[in-house]
Amino acid sequence: MLDRSLIGRRLPSHNSQVERGQLQFFAKATGASDPIYYDRAAAIEAGHPDIPAPPTFAFTLNQQSDDPFGFLRLLGVNIEDILHGEQEFTYFSQIYAGDQVTFESEIKDIYVKKGGALEFVVLQISGTNQHGEKVVELRNTTVVRRAEHAQ
Amino acid sequence: MTDRCSVSKGDGVIGCLTKEPITRTTLALFAGASGDHNPMHIDIDFAKEAGMPDVFAHGMLSMAYLGQLVTGWRPQAQLKRFKVRFRSITHVGEAVVCTGRVIETKRDEKGEVAILKLVAANKLGEIKLDGEAEVRW
Repeated sequence: MLDRSLIGRRLPSHNSQVERGQLQFFAKATGASDPIYYDRAAAIEAGHPDIPAPPTFAFTLNQQSDDPFGFLRLLGVNIEDILHGEQEFTYFSQIYAGDQVTFESEIKDIYVKKGGALEFVVLQISGTNQHGEKVVELRNTTVVRRAEHAQ
Repeated sequence: MTDRCSVSKGDGVIGCLTKEPITRTTLALFAGASGDHNPMHIDIDFAKEAGMPDVFAHGMLSMAYLGQLVTGWRPQAQLKRFKVRFRSITHVGEAVVCTGRVIETKRDEKGEVAILKLVAANKLGEIKLDGEAEVRW
């Protein structure tokens, strides 16, 4: 069983640079067809200051810490035992190439289903840009599969 | 390459997006571009060691596809909230088909908001992700 006393634990904050080249690579890797996501001129033409980060890119920015799976170590979980359960984003403002986003994370919940075979860890993460403006909030739910309980 | 599939525009349907079948190259590129280097998605030796028959797609890849469906319908600045549940694993070789429809509308202090129901499935209709989005319109 995961240690529920870790609920409320804050993880080290970190800062991510939003790089235009990485946004272009992300657009290519996901087969984006709208040029505002890979062509700066098209983005500017559409009224943006630069290439916008697509809706799920804040997850990528948050992964760019030195230790993106550090919370698993804290919980004593191996990476091969996890699945992504749910993912939620709440948007307050658009993130653009050139921004810097600071992420603050907290273990919001830990709960069990299926008699302990599946445990769930919920991280709540907020992202604030270089102007001190909260731009996004994420809720990441990770499922931990416990082989010794699985039937 | 992607193509827009034809669906009837009735019942609040916002559209449909069929992506190319997922290859190992897709997963390698997405691992690099997304920063998710979990070896379960890119290293078949690691996946087999962990008891899986093969690598499988990142859930966030299909969520990115669903995001493309939504931003193809309304500009991203109008997107307020986006949530999915990862229901089953997407395998190498499967093509993800994204569909969405407006299930209700509500008003808040800034105007009207559409609640979308979103589904990503394979070509057999087996659900991989489902979720919701709230979009101003």
